[in-house]
Amino acid sequence: MRVVLVDAGGANIGSVRYALQRLGVDAQLASDAEEIRGADRVILPGVSTAATVMRRLRELDLVDTLRALRQPLLGVCVGAQLLFEHSEEDDTPCLGLLPGIVRRLPAGEGIRVPHMGWNRLQRRVDDPLLADIAEGAHAYFVHSFAAPVTPDCIAASEHGAAFAAVVRRGHVMGAQFHPERSAAAGARLLHNFLSLEPA
Amino acid sequence: MLARRLIPCLDVRDGRVVKGVRFRDHVDMGDIVELALRYRDEGADELVFYDISATPQQRSVDRGWVERVSARLDIPFCVAGGIRDVGTARAVLHAGADKISINSPALERPALIGELAEAFGVQCVVVGVDSIREADGEWRVRTHTGDPERMRAPSIRTLDWVVEAQRLGAGEIVLNCMDSDGVRRGYDLEQLRAVRARCGVPLVASGGAGEPEHFESVFREADVDGALAASVFHSGRIRIPELKRFLHAQGVEVRDD
Repeated sequence: MRVVLVDAGGANIGSVRYALQRLGVDAQLASDAEEIRGADRVILPGVSTAATVMRRLRELDLVDTLRALRQPLLGVCVGAQLLFEHSEEDDTPCLGLLPGIVRRLPAGEGIRVPHMGWNRLQRRVDDPLLADIAEGAHAYFVHSFAAPVTPDCIAASEHGAAFAAVVRRGHVMGAQFHPERSAAAGARLLHNFLSLEPA
Repeated sequence: MLARRLIPCLDVRDGRVVKGVRFRDHVDMGDIVELALRYRDEGADELVFYDISATPQQRSVDRGWVERVSARLDIPFCVAGGIRDVGTARAVLHAGADKISINSPALERPALIGELAEAFGVQCVVVGVDSIREADGEWRVRTHTGDPERMRAPSIRTLDWVVEAQRLGAGEIVLNCMDSDGVRRGYDLEQLRAVRARCGVPLVASGGAGEPEHFESVFREADVDGALAASVFHSGRIRIPELKRFLHAQGVEVRDD
């Protein structure tokens, strides 16, 4: 299986690659449209800002490539936010593969932003991407913006308010948390992504 | 609900974990990856690696160990020590660290915080603060605390610095209360509460852990997001699985898997 990591400049690319290696998969970094189109699985990681990653995707001329993919696509953290229409972060137009607007998490009494640490996943839809991830399992989050709970949200989490922790619409998937740093639950999500039956 | 984090801190010198005896005569404790994985297996929520080979000599060190840790570890980790510019931070983050922590360099040149936040996002930027209560009753910061001969006392109030660091782009504050450090009589709840009141980003307590009850009280009474400790974990005086069971039984939200 050919797995590519879209090299959009995010600092966690190496960590995601190692996480896949721990599952026995040697993923390639790719910034070339042809290479990405030819892959069996595409992962869009991102530790950065929505605007920075979108700018990089435009520079590499990858926006239409990502929009046209038919193979399973997984966005991670900012990469998951970019799947939506728009992000409040620097007022950034995103890929628009999923309806919804990414908004800043509301800080409040006892609610600190960035949301940093281990929080529980609340399953909303039974989906093969969540297979063998226990209800209430902890995952590691680090973010200040998040997507809303829409019909595409298959697992939510809560920090002040509920937000989308895992999303899926057909071949388009995203994890707001960091599977590469979420111990067993994270490894399981990546394993499930790699094991999905092609649509 | 966000779980409270338990964070062992490991001192690293030249890619090995060491234990200092009064800042000198470091004893080798073992391979960094092995110890990191042991803490991971015991349920540590995050690790901090404090690179003590760096700051005192003002040199940047080989970061190969960061990559070795990243390849094996599946929980987040932060690297502290010797990061004083964006280039070094980038190398550490690209090698796989999730966060970088800066302390003395941030006080020497506060703009560094903003540069790092701009380059990598605030969520990667931790500001470590070493703080001590002075004779007039005010808490003030110290720098270069790794080496008693080089320790300095800039006239900056801890509470002011915590506010300023956040304004510049700190995504997390680690407050090391030097009066409690190494004494094992508990975290400095009074100081942590005062800092908590001025800290809108995650706050990690450091210095003073000796008993499981100290963790409960720092989470409950100072409302910190994480508690960092070194010697009580390294010595085996407190084991993380038992600590987590204790905290859970007391109603403190901790990661249980």
